[in-house]
Amino acid sequence: MKPRMAASLALGLAAFCSGCAVSYQSSVDPAGTQAEQIAVLWWFFLALLGAIFVLVMAFAVWPLFHRHRGVNPEALEERHEPSRETERKLGRVVGWASGITVLILLALIVISVITGRATAGSEPPRDHLAIEVTGSQWWWSVRYVNDDASRILTTANEIHVPVGRTVLIRGLSHDVIHSFWIPNLQGKRDLIPSRVTTEWFQASRPGRYRGQCAEFCGLQHAKMALWVIAEPSDRYDAWMENQLKPAAAPSTPDTQAGQQVFLSHACVFCHTIRGTSAAGQAGPDLTHLASRLTIAAGTLANTKGNLAGWITDPQSIKPGNHMATVPLRSEDLQPLVDYLESLQ
Amino acid sequence: MSIRTRWQIQVVAETERSELYRTWSDGGGLFGWLSVTTHQAIGMRYIVTAFIFLLLGGVEALAMRLQLARPENGLLGPDRYNQIFTMHGTTMMFLFAVPVMEGMGVYLVPLMLGTRNVAFPRLNAFGYWMYLFGGLLLYISAFTGTAPAAGWFSYTPLSGPQYSPGKGVDVWAQMITFTEISAMCVATELIVTIFKLRAPRMSLNRIPMFCWGMLVQSFMVIFAMPAVMLASTVLLLNDRTIGTHFVNPAEGGDPLLYQHIFWFFGHPEVYIIFIPALGMVSAIVEAHSRRGVFGYPAMVLSLVANGFIAFGLWVHHMFATGLPQVAEAYFTAASMMIGITSAVQIFCWIATLWTGRLRLTAAMHFVFGFLFIFVLGGLTGIMLASIPFDLQVHDTFFVVAHFHYVLIGGALFPLFGGFHHWFPKFTGRMISEKAGKAAFWILFAGFNLTFFPMHILGLKGMTRRIYTYPADLQWGADNLLATIGAFIIAIGGIVFIANVLWSRKHGARADNDPWNAGTLEWAAASPPEKFNFAHIPVVGGRYPLWTPSEQQGLVVGMRNDRREVLVTSAMDAEPHHRLVLPRSSIWPLLTAIGLAIGLVGSIFAFSWYYLAAALGMIGFIGWFWPHKPVEVRP
Repeated sequence: MKPRMAASLALGLAAFCSGCAVSYQSSVDPAGTQAEQIAVLWWFFLALLGAIFVLVMAFAVWPLFHRHRGVNPEALEERHEPSRETERKLGRVVGWASGITVLILLALIVISVITGRATAGSEPPRDHLAIEVTGSQWWWSVRYVNDDASRILTTANEIHVPVGRTVLIRGLSHDVIHSFWIPNLQGKRDLIPSRVTTEWFQASRPGRYRGQCAEFCGLQHAKMALWVIAEPSDRYDAWMENQLKPAAAPSTPDTQAGQQVFLSHACVFCHTIRGTSAAGQAGPDLTHLASRLTIAAGTLANTKGNLAGWITDPQSIKPGNHMATVPLRSEDLQPLVDYLESLQ
Repeated sequence: MSIRTRWQIQVVAETERSELYRTWSDGGGLFGWLSVTTHQAIGMRYIVTAFIFLLLGGVEALAMRLQLARPENGLLGPDRYNQIFTMHGTTMMFLFAVPVMEGMGVYLVPLMLGTRNVAFPRLNAFGYWMYLFGGLLLYISAFTGTAPAAGWFSYTPLSGPQYSPGKGVDVWAQMITFTEISAMCVATELIVTIFKLRAPRMSLNRIPMFCWGMLVQSFMVIFAMPAVMLASTVLLLNDRTIGTHFVNPAEGGDPLLYQHIFWFFGHPEVYIIFIPALGMVSAIVEAHSRRGVFGYPAMVLSLVANGFIAFGLWVHHMFATGLPQVAEAYFTAASMMIGITSAVQIFCWIATLWTGRLRLTAAMHFVFGFLFIFVLGGLTGIMLASIPFDLQVHDTFFVVAHFHYVLIGGALFPLFGGFHHWFPKFTGRMISEKAGKAAFWILFAGFNLTFFPMHILGLKGMTRRIYTYPADLQWGADNLLATIGAFIIAIGGIVFIANVLWSRKHGARADNDPWNAGTLEWAAASPPEKFNFAHIPVVGGRYPLWTPSEQQGLVVGMRNDRREVLVTSAMDAEPHHRLVLPRSSIWPLLTAIGLAIGLVGSIFAFSWYYLAAALGMIGFIGWFWPHKPVEVRP
């Protein structure tokens, strides 16, 4: 009964993993070269070790159905010493089984190391795209590195990458240890204060992939997510050109009023909007806020309603986060939200 | 027909017996209760205390499962949730799993070795009190609003002064000091007991498997526990209280140093928990398949090898920190090597089952449950040893599933099997087999329902230690299953507790050896008398109760009017001399209280360490105050 149960459990697992799971935060639905290789490794492990599990369980429960019989049928008594011959046979079987275990494990080590080398071992190709990701409680600062200082881009909580090009992530941390992980693309890498860690990945198909901080980093560890958007290189280039521009000047009286609200309140102490005098560094760069999918590090969809709620009372949405509740007159809120949502 | 012959260990004249009673009794009343140095009483205190902490940790687990039962649940806020998972991990690791194994060891090892107490009875009492005070410290401060919330591992800098203000982490770190002192006490006394107090002719190759397990575990404790005290007390607590900047990156310290030292303890810790449990599995399998365990030398060598390898693979907890590839490949290989020693033991048990005469008791149910769960957890462990795969599932629910499979499967199921197996020895009554089997099936079903879906959650990207998750990730169904399973586990636990409480009063009377088992604890009375054996046995085989009595004997000529035990040689257990153990004493408790005052105070000011030292010294003076030797007879 137990082996059958194990087999059905294994089948159930396979069904679960391939079927109903959402695809944008899953290590078994890879969309990148590295994650694909790791997923293959996982299915191989599952098949081989699952078979071994069923086999071992079959051997373990066999005596339940064949009680009072050993390798040689021996008389039933209260205490029992198997014959020397039985023990010798058993010794051979156990010896062989142990030897096979050693060989299997050796093979697994080799396969694992080969996959490791392929996914993280050598240096990334020369034409890689380097991105610096800095973890902070509880959001991600993203900086596209470039030799040309005018093409260095700072943004937050969302990374756009071109499909088919290797992306090198240089991981940093501003406070505690975080861990950068986009399951569909690559395994995780810790972001450790006072150190720089690296990893690279290559998206193989366009899509939106979610990741979230994987190393416990305090109160709002659960709400520290980010999105990676993989797109064809022409669309990526267009995105980049747009992001490099300073923020659009507000064009309506409403958004002009909103800009004044932003610049005359405490917002500027923490946030940068390029093209304005706001140059705070403590919080996410907002230059192109409206172009992003989410606000508050993946916590809320980026809509005017959510943004208004977030600005009014960030502590009830993400308790303990470091965004201050800025006292605003109620008539200031709408222009402010309109302004921020105009920053395409 | 029985081929076993019982030899007359317990037969002794009534006058001698009453003299033994007088000599070994701890004294009555509250004072006597607080002065206890009998290993059975202290072992049982460890077990009962640890079980209470298991219940607390279990309630915390249920609270977490309720919070995670559905997405965006508002039951617990982030602060409360983080405190609860920190308390759950800390409780289960430091206040339940290690102490309960120590309790089983303290209770059973002297009985299995045919001696009358552990080598250092007062140290044993002291160790228990330190453990109790450490546990009380953590829970009293938690209930008064000072719970740690930086995880059971307290990584810096999150646990450092800047990011964890308040006293929660200090309490956590100092609680570890208490429990580690306790673990070191037990380890020391068990090593000496196992090497020096064995019954004559119980040579190394005749030591029961459980004692081997405790021996290996004790050595591991001695090498691993100082590392965690270094990490939690020296590095972390000093950084927090006196600003030493060992591991605070803001001041030039290194957070990875903390991780290395913590996991140099943290990984062996897992084996510290489950190696004694493997010994229990062997003991149960032997007794209930009615043959000695197959491949005893291979089993012993596997245990010892486990103990060594355990210290060589801590880095697999740190694969995501980006260490160099060569080092990582080494730690992959080392991690997989554990698979070899574990596999050898599994194969030997299966071989024992195949050629034994199985009796499918409740204890055996738990052994089969152990095989199922532990092997599954071991196989996912092999997967986790692979760096690329680990980088995908590290710090996800896949890992949560894995270590609950190995720890609950590898330690808790054998422990429950052990409770059913040794219950007649502990209480003198049989435990209800029917209720035991019912508890097993409920626990087994609940366990798999709780933890199996977590594998899938981890692969689907659910990270650990998150207090909530958005609905659109579709983790809700698996989480709900896990929550239902957790409550089924709770029902199983209630059935077990009810069974224990009922059977203690109403179970059938047990004789000395109700299972017809072979090892020496079954030669003692059920429950054992305070002196365990009226005569120290001289054993003639690995299973003395299965060895014809003409090959064995009894030690005569020991004095009954003082607490004498027989010291034997480490290898062949040749009798050397008689050792007089100290009398029961209140001083271990007073010393523990003195140290506790100082250690708790040191959370608030460093100077209290001096007080701890002073009070400890005063305690030791009372502890070692010489007594006139008891000389009753001419």
